[in-house]
Amino acid sequence: MTAAALPSAPPRSRRRWKQPSILPGFPLAMGWTLTWLGLIVVLPLTALILRPWELGVGGVWATLTEPRVLAALRLSFGAAALAALTNLPLGLLVAWTLTRYEFPGRRIVDAIVDLPFALPTAVAGIALTALYAPTGPLGAPLAAAGIQVAYTPVGIYLALMFIGLPFVVRTVQPVLQDLDREVEEAAQTLGATHLQRFALVILPAVLPALISGFSLAFARAVGEYGSVIFIAGNMPLKSEIAPLLIVIKLEQYDYAGAAAVGLAMLVISFGALLAVNGLQLLLARRGRA
Amino acid sequence: MNPAVRLPGFAPLMLLGALAVLGLLIVLPLGVVFQQALSQGLGRYLEPLTHPDSLAAIRLTLLVAAISVPLNAVFGVAAAWAIARFEFRGKSLLVTFIDLPFSMSPVVSGLVWVLLFGAQGWFGPWLMEHNVKIIFATSGLVLATVLVTLPFVARELIPLMQDQGADEEAAALTLGAGGWTTFRRVTLPNIRWALLYGVLLCNARAMGEFGAVSVVSGSIRGQTTTLPLHVEVLYNDYEFVGAFAAASVLAGLGLVTLVLKSFLEWRHSGELSASRRH
Amino acid sequence: MNFRPADDTSAATALEIKGVSKAFGRFPALKSVSLQAREREFLALLGPSGSGKTTLLRVLAGLETPDSGEVRFGGEDFLALPVRRRRVGMVFQHYALFRHMTVAQNIAFGLTVRKAAERPSKSEIADRVNNLLQLVQLEGLDKRYPSQLSGGQRQRVALARALAIEPRMLLLDEPFGALDAQVRRELRRWLRELHDRAGVTTVFVTHDQEEALDLADRVAILKDGELVQLGTPNEVYENPADPFVFDFLGQTCRMPGVVAQGRLQVADWVSEAPAGAPQGAVEVFFRPDEVSFGAPDAPGLLAQVKGVAQRGPDVRIDCRVGEADVEFQAHGPTLPQGVGAGRSVRVLPLRPQVYAA
Repeated sequence: MTAAALPSAPPRSRRRWKQPSILPGFPLAMGWTLTWLGLIVVLPLTALILRPWELGVGGVWATLTEPRVLAALRLSFGAAALAALTNLPLGLLVAWTLTRYEFPGRRIVDAIVDLPFALPTAVAGIALTALYAPTGPLGAPLAAAGIQVAYTPVGIYLALMFIGLPFVVRTVQPVLQDLDREVEEAAQTLGATHLQRFALVILPAVLPALISGFSLAFARAVGEYGSVIFIAGNMPLKSEIAPLLIVIKLEQYDYAGAAAVGLAMLVISFGALLAVNGLQLLLARRGRA
Repeated sequence: MNPAVRLPGFAPLMLLGALAVLGLLIVLPLGVVFQQALSQGLGRYLEPLTHPDSLAAIRLTLLVAAISVPLNAVFGVAAAWAIARFEFRGKSLLVTFIDLPFSMSPVVSGLVWVLLFGAQGWFGPWLMEHNVKIIFATSGLVLATVLVTLPFVARELIPLMQDQGADEEAAALTLGAGGWTTFRRVTLPNIRWALLYGVLLCNARAMGEFGAVSVVSGSIRGQTTTLPLHVEVLYNDYEFVGAFAAASVLAGLGLVTLVLKSFLEWRHSGELSASRRH
Repeated sequence: MNFRPADDTSAATALEIKGVSKAFGRFPALKSVSLQAREREFLALLGPSGSGKTTLLRVLAGLETPDSGEVRFGGEDFLALPVRRRRVGMVFQHYALFRHMTVAQNIAFGLTVRKAAERPSKSEIADRVNNLLQLVQLEGLDKRYPSQLSGGQRQRVALARALAIEPRMLLLDEPFGALDAQVRRELRRWLRELHDRAGVTTVFVTHDQEEALDLADRVAILKDGELVQLGTPNEVYENPADPFVFDFLGQTCRMPGVVAQGRLQVADWVSEAPAGAPQGAVEVFFRPDEVSFGAPDAPGLLAQVKGVAQRGPDVRIDCRVGEADVEFQAHGPTLPQGVGAGRSVRVLPLRPQVYAA
């Protein structure tokens, strides 16, 4: 047999892009994936990234430092962070109850957690507004107590809590489920109280999940529109969220300005998420040390 | 499932707290929708729903979902096949791009299409010249919906297929099956419930999407208003019963989705991705 | 003693592997491996994890493409054939049964996916499935799903599925790896009988030396992607090619020694060096149970017995030999009276192997 008969000995580049596989269909699947992503995500995103600069760097800066824009960004990010933070203890409580206690209707309660995922945002928006309007069933007593919810930043905060809660519950729940019971029991045999067990054993274990839950809820809340605009009141400088400002700028045919606000939101979101990821990495490293 | 632990005195309190949170924050708003919709009797409830504008909105919502969901289902299967069955460079970047729409504001997901196809968009003048309308038309609604719902099916299938591994497909090949046969007879049956699960979530979002479609719709009554946009139109016109009646239809859709989803999680937990098994 | 047809060296070569190499990234999984298997032979690929045995099996199946080298089956260039045309019956380590198909559908799969012209009729397929179910002793389980079967049953379904396509060669990846010890031993005998009846060239991968020696006609031992030794179970067990093979095939005692002028010296024991032994400093290997015990004036290694422990039918004898602690083994009834704690004995290795140090 001569070397020429060897069919499969072409020198292969070490830097090959794809590992060979016997499974067929890669070109078709990959081609379709890239085409679709290119058309639906990359091309539009390119427009978002490039169009603000039609205003020039100074123009973009001027747009973003308009008091109205600054106030809207501050409100969107501030309310989102606050709502996501509030959801941490609430979400932990719900997740704890669902994983640790057996009670009639547990399955239904578990399903209800996902309702904010399934309920269209506009529906949630008008429902929350009706509930907390000064004449609404909850709004009236609150108004009597001097707390106005609807048409103020408090309403925004409440709506963002509504849509953010499932994110926290659903990230914490599996971790609580998988938490090694023996570690808790060991702590118990070593004389730890309920509170000590919670603070020293459980909380550190679910902390990374809590942080992921926070960042998911936060990311969703920052851009939230439908459930917020009805209850927000939409007063410039006071209760106007950043996504609404984009809509307003578009209605004024200020495409570049709208794009500038949209891009700023995206950049700040990514910055915040990066920071949260960094925090998580730090925690993970400490956990391993 | 974990066995219940007994923490005397403590457990009922926690349970009560959790139920209060869910009740106040989540169940109450849902109840209000139906209460408001039916506040003036069944007759006044049905009337706005049978109005031509409402019927047109329902039709448009169904149409947009019927186009967007299958497109993203096909995309999800293709992406999962490429990502879960092959090793290549830049895979994690690709996954990041697939996830991207989840972290974009719905309004931005609408805005980007206006930036491309609006009157002053990159392709706006060209479209105008050729008399093609995308923004303020059904195709714009579809594009916005497709962008918003792009990750749903792929997100379900990728982890599941990675979990299942390629052994069954390899076995099918050694037994003489061709690529297409292997996909149709081995892969597809293995992912069918997860595919259905993803389609379900994708569909719920497609039918309920508000922010993205509101940017591209122009809310022309009877023409470019989907049901969620119709809710807004009625609400802003102070037709509260009508708005809540329309909202109750959407809430019903959400509830049905929830029930089906819970059923899938309960009945086919082994065939959904790990994160869905609870 | 089994009659093993493949011991007949006149049988034609079925499988020929020549210089097969394969790297994953920078990691070389196979380094120019060459070996042959005869028709109807039962060949074991034995080695520790990472030795490349599974990679070699997957190359034979067509699931991996080698970087270089040649694989021929029945004279035909195997590498030029895509997986689906090779007609090899592959049994995966975790069986890879189609989870949504019944046992019968799993077994029939390879027949039902054939082109209409080559596909047997429905009744023929049903007959074939029934015969195979009988062969693997799973009658009556045809409607079950894989999740409703035990590990041993799954393995037999996988085997039946592989046999259904009348494979030219059967490939088994750690066929008993996922089973418990009891089932493992039963299936081992059964698999050997099945092989003899089916008469298909079979290659199986294992990391269990006992399994390989018990089951195979010939054993190919791999280490770090290289073939170290190929031979019948007796050949490799009695004449391990190097210390690695010796160590891998069973329990080992090793002692330093010197070979000079045809004599082998280990501690104070001097004997005739085995033929072909290397000169100079050597390592002497022997099995802890292949020794005989004698009085202090008999030939052998002088050992101080520290303890004798009965372990069921076997006896463990802890000794001090020179500077080292050594454990010997003996079968209870054959242990001489004189071996007891605190006594000095002579231990004579019966079949020492000498390797260059």
